[in-house]
Formats: sequence, C-alpha cells, structure tokens
Amino acid sequence: MSQRRVVVTGLGATTPLGGDVASTWAALLAGKSGVRLLTEDWRELLPVHFAARVATEPADQMERVEMRRLDRSEQFALVASREAWKDAGSPDVDKERLGVVIASGIGGVITLLDQFDNLKEKGARGVSPHTVPMLMPNGPAANVGLELQARAGVHTPVSACASGAEAVGYALEMIRTNRADIIVSGGVEAAIHQLPMAGFAAMKALSTRNDAPERASRPYDADRDGFVLGEGGGVLVLEEYEHAKARGAKIYCELVGQGLSSDGYHIAAPDPDGSGVQRAIKFALANANLSTKDIVHLNAHATSTPAGDVAEANALRLALGKDADQVAVSATKSMTGHLLGGAGAIESVFIVKALQERIAPPTINIENLDPAVTIDVVRDSARKLPDGQIAALNDSFGFGGHNVVLAFATL
Amino acid sequence: MSLSQADVLAGLKEIVEEVAGIPAASIELGKNFTDDLEVDSLSMVEVVVAAEERFGVKIPDEKVTDLVTVGDAVDFIVNAAK
Repeated sequence: MSQRRVVVTGLGATTPLGGDVASTWAALLAGKSGVRLLTEDWRELLPVHFAARVATEPADQMERVEMRRLDRSEQFALVASREAWKDAGSPDVDKERLGVVIASGIGGVITLLDQFDNLKEKGARGVSPHTVPMLMPNGPAANVGLELQARAGVHTPVSACASGAEAVGYALEMIRTNRADIIVSGGVEAAIHQLPMAGFAAMKALSTRNDAPERASRPYDADRDGFVLGEGGGVLVLEEYEHAKARGAKIYCELVGQGLSSDGYHIAAPDPDGSGVQRAIKFALANANLSTKDIVHLNAHATSTPAGDVAEANALRLALGKDADQVAVSATKSMTGHLLGGAGAIESVFIVKALQERIAPPTINIENLDPAVTIDVVRDSARKLPDGQIAALNDSFGFGGHNVVLAFATL
Repeated sequence: MSLSQADVLAGLKEIVEEVAGIPAASIELGKNFTDDLEVDSLSMVEVVVAAEERFGVKIPDEKVTDLVTVGDAVDFIVNAAK
C-alpha cells in the first residue's frame, strides 16, 4: 500500500497582525508590524517595554463565561481552531478518526502566576478550581479536543519555540500511520507577562529597542539585538488526501514531510556549526521525496537574535547549497514578533497561504543586511513565487536544541 | 447578622450567573445545580467560595454535597448566618 498523503484543508489564526487568517495575511503582505508598547505599569520593571499582543482580544471573539475558565493560551487555541474548522467546511467526520495536536511552549503561565498571587493574598480558598486545567500545557489541545469531541487522540508536543511545528509534524504522522483521517493541529502561546519577559530579558534574548518598538524585530539586520515576544496562535486542519477528495473539500496544498533533529550542544545557544539544522532539512527533504531544487520558498525561524539568525542562515546555505539562490527566504517574525510555541504553527499557515497565492511575504526592518547572511532574503516587499509545481520549507528551533523542518508542496 | 431568603436567592442568582453563565431568571429555588443548571463540580466550588465571601458564612466542604438544589443552598446560608 502506498503512503497515505496528507493535505491542508483549513486554516485559522489569531496573531498580532489580525484576529483571523485573512486580516493577518493582508497585514503580513503589506509589511505591517504588530509590535507595540505595552500599556501595563509593570513594563517599567523590565528593560523591555514592548511586545506583540494579539490584534483582536479573545473577549471580542468568545463568550465571557467561557473565557473565565480558560487560560489565554486556551482562548487563542479555540479562536484559531474554530476558524480553521469552519474553513475546512466543518467536516462530518467519525470522531474516532478525528484528532487534535496543539502545542504550547510554556503552557498557562499567566494563570499560574495570577493564581499564585491569589494564594498569597487570600489563601488556598482563593485559588480557582479551574487553575490546573488552565495552567496545564495540554490545556489548549484538550479544550479543542473536547469541543470537537475528537477521540483518535489529543496530544501536545513541547519543545519550546519548535513546539508548534512539532505539533504539525506529529499530526502528519498520525494520519500517515492511519491513526486518524483529520487532525486539528497547531500551536499557541500567551506569555506576555512580567515574569517570563523578565526571564527572557535576563538571558539577553529580547530586543531593548524601547524608542522604536515597531523597528525592534529585525531578523538579518546588522543591528538586531534580540527577539520581540509575541502572542497568539495558528491552526491547520490536516486531512488524509482521499478523505478530503471524497467530501469535496477545498485543498490548499500538501504537507509532504518533516525532518527532526537535536543539537546536543547547549541548552539555549544555537550550534554555530548548524549541523543539527542541516540534518533536519535533509531529513525533511528525504521524508518528502523532494530535492533542494524543488524548494522555492522558506519561512525562516529567524528571531532577530545576533547569534541565532546567522547560525540558521549558514546552515540553510550549507544544506541547500547552490540551490539556496532560488529560495525566497521570509522572516515573518519581523512583523509578528516571536510567538514561541505558536511560531511554527502561524508560520506554517503563512507557508500554506504563500503556496496558495504564490507570493512570499516580506521581511521588514532590514536597514543593513548582515554581511554574514548569504541567503536570498525577501526584503521590504512581497515577492512573486514561480508557477508550476513548487515546494516550501518552514524551519523552527527551540531552546534545548530542538530542530523541526516541515515541507509543504502544491498538489 | 440575619439574612432573608429573598436576599440570599437574589445574591446566589448573581453568583451563578457570573460563574456559570446561567441567566438569573432561570435560577429558582427548586432547580438542581447539576441536572437543571449544569453547574459542574469545579464551578460549584467557585459558587461556594463566592457565596462565603458575599454572605460572610462558612460552607464546609462536607456540606457542599448536600446542597443539591438552589433552595438547599439558600436554606443553608440563611441558617448559617443566624
């Protein structure tokens, strides 16, 4: 029996650029920044005064009573999943063949910290009985699974900033191995709070460009000084190809493969040699039965940190060789900020839209391209992609040395 | 401090509406929290804690299972406040 093929039949997102896929994608192609000054007083405690909050608050998209028992990350998951499920045509599927794989890098950290404040202020009686279901990192997946009554399995891979991509890859395997016919997959993050921000700032991982927040996320620019924390999430409905065809579903593209590796190098720093990233790309191409010549677009991890961007660019050049010259590389975190466990998911959504509309989104804020970057970065404005059969990659890396590469292709 | 049954019912309606999203108009003395109002066990904990704060009474955990209907809760709170 030939391998079961997996296609994308639905998309959903809530991001710093928009409350859904259409508004996010339009802002992305227009090169808009979703980064803004924080309005909270606690920003003064930190060296960083800005972040990329979602453009549309969940309160505008769901009922109040539902919201109060959901962590913000779970709210994002439901908002994006509802859009994706509707976009997929709300398929009538056997629930035992329906799964959910939605990741989060940190879990319900805002709930955890808010409830600790309650404990200190009011004692144990003041702690909400919803605390644990709200803070558990599998909460976003679990809530979506409950809503859709998914019974083929509900999972949450955790690999820091590679989590969202790992979730999409896990979903791919679930369908390939015949555990399910449809999986709602993706990643979310809601960690804009003084504690996680202070932690990232202590690592010197965040940009401190407080005088120009919208210019702070600048992957590949010579003066980049760290990433900008973002929030939100993205969801893709993945479906077995014959199943999608049989119900007459709208098919965006095919998820053709994934490659996974780990660095074994450092808990947070990228391996400057990039061998783990190169291996993940090779595995993804082999898994997808593609060659470097097939790749025309890549949505890079490129978070705007001094070390990470160059290590990645070097690894891409080495893995793709001469063919890197015809790969349009977009660093969309220049506009969305870094959604941590949501990043690989929204960037997968962007790849799917890029293949559908044959256009690569821009990378903003590159005033002076770092001379160490020798890949073809799409700067300033969106770029047309070639006609015919094309493929694209999305790479994601997480603290801990996790590397995930996803390969998508037109049908 | 003594509380009237009407005051406690009115307060409980507000709490249950806030916690569980059930319209106050549909909350009556004879309604069963679980079967009629679909207040789950976690939300019931929230209702109890909010009622304790609002009415200044203690509702011990072992008594909560006896509070099957809204009327049970109102009676318990009225008696506890005497």
